[in-house]
Amino acid sequence: MMVLIGIVIIAAGFVLRFNPLLVVVAAALATGMAAGMAPVAIIAMLGKSFNDTRYISVIWLVLPVIGMLEARGLQERARSIIAGMKGATTGRLLAGYLLLRQLTAAVGLTSIAGHPQTVRPLLAPMAEAAAEKQGVTGEDGKERIKALAAATDNIGLFFGEDIFLAIGSILLMKGLLEQEGISIEPFHLSVWAIPTAISAFLIHGFRLWRLDRKLAKDVAAKGEDAG
Amino acid sequence: MITLQWVYVFAGIAFAGFALLRLFDKRLGIGASAFWALLALSMLAGDRLGDFGNGLLVLALVAIAALGGLKHRTLPIEDAAERAEGAARFGNRLFGIALVIALTALAGTLGFKHVPGLVEAKQVTLISLALGVILALLIGHVVLRAPAMMPLRDGRRLMDQVGWAAILPQMLASLGAIFAAAGVGDVVGRLIGEAAPGAGLFTLVAIYALGMAAFTMVMGNAFAAFPVMMAAVGLPMLIHGHHGNPAAVAAIGMLAGFCGTLMTPMAANFNLVPAALLELKDRNGVIRAQVPTAIPLLAVNVFLIWWLAFPK
Repeated sequence: MMVLIGIVIIAAGFVLRFNPLLVVVAAALATGMAAGMAPVAIIAMLGKSFNDTRYISVIWLVLPVIGMLEARGLQERARSIIAGMKGATTGRLLAGYLLLRQLTAAVGLTSIAGHPQTVRPLLAPMAEAAAEKQGVTGEDGKERIKALAAATDNIGLFFGEDIFLAIGSILLMKGLLEQEGISIEPFHLSVWAIPTAISAFLIHGFRLWRLDRKLAKDVAAKGEDAG
Repeated sequence: MITLQWVYVFAGIAFAGFALLRLFDKRLGIGASAFWALLALSMLAGDRLGDFGNGLLVLALVAIAALGGLKHRTLPIEDAAERAEGAARFGNRLFGIALVIALTALAGTLGFKHVPGLVEAKQVTLISLALGVILALLIGHVVLRAPAMMPLRDGRRLMDQVGWAAILPQMLASLGAIFAAAGVGDVVGRLIGEAAPGAGLFTLVAIYALGMAAFTMVMGNAFAAFPVMMAAVGLPMLIHGHHGNPAAVAAIGMLAGFCGTLMTPMAANFNLVPAALLELKDRNGVIRAQVPTAIPLLAVNVFLIWWLAFPK
């Protein structure tokens, strides 16, 4: 039971808005000690898995490329394309991206998009430009649009990738069930991901459609005030 | 043979570059410089530091972040005119270069399979990604006439934006290792398993799916939650007890876990890192934007398991 203290520390730490790195280390030390590990052993274990998972941080290598392209006007270019496009709304743009992200992830192309690669330099400025055309002004409104762009990328990735046969989660499921004597082809697992993928598109798509309607209403209301 | 080690050396050089550039920037403190230097050390020499040495390195990184060494000050954008000019001059070529990384990663992943022995087979995607970065930098240097220092300077600007969140995904993976060694999953599984017997089929399905989401929120990762919930509820009660279709129970259960991923700061690389990259004031802004999709979708998954895995 005592080993659950780590979960309590994590929850409390995030609610109280301590630095997450500090919260994680505190949770690791408390959990390890509750399980009877020596502090030196816990620190060594943290160090070992930090070293073993360095591949996660390799993604930051793309930042120099994105930085270079931004200095040469990538965001401005992305904005001006949307600004010049008739009928481009935030909702339609994000729904289109959602569909594209789900379809490409479903055929295994998970790393062609992502937050450093596409959301920050392309999708977020495009969504912002579309929202400006729809009358969104002010920092708060724009923040929400940018956050929604990042959210749309996550939802497209999560509920597309499991349709691909060779993705990690499918292999994990197959391996775990095999240990229990249940043999399943990856194909059967990926088929069952399709109903949820369609539901994800419908639910998030509906929210995006409502966003467009709300923005249009806001503009109309403002117009009446002014008139 | 090209191995992941080469990619780590490349990343180490990049982080060392960020550290040096920061050192020469008088407007900023040296805390961040030390942070990126330690990360460079980890990339370049991590295998030679030993487990305890790496552990001390982790503690030092955390100490710098906790003492506010990375508190970033927003630097004024000095080059707005230059950017507008670049956008007009280079137009859609900018998009083309942005795609170079993705296309190289794709081509490498597919192509290196046919040339055995050239690259480490298991790490082919990461190695191809690093090759794509080099290719994009070279093309940018020629086509965009980008000065040699520009990628480092502007890459560092973005890196500082991300700040301490850059290593949070690695830290959480390490916490997962400690949780596993301490048997946290077994305890949670036992608690849920004790609560469940006697419940009806729909309640069991709901416990399974909501438990996947909740435990994913705690661990930050559905992969860690899946074996626990499968062993506690999925296998004994849904698959063996009620003869559910194992493929549907497993696949949709995993996706219920993904709904949890959308709602937790523990999934740092999906939720906190983009908030930093997009310069959001609210670090939970991305989570807030995801919750209204995640909750209905979680409910849909409960019903999908109930309908599809248990033919009436």
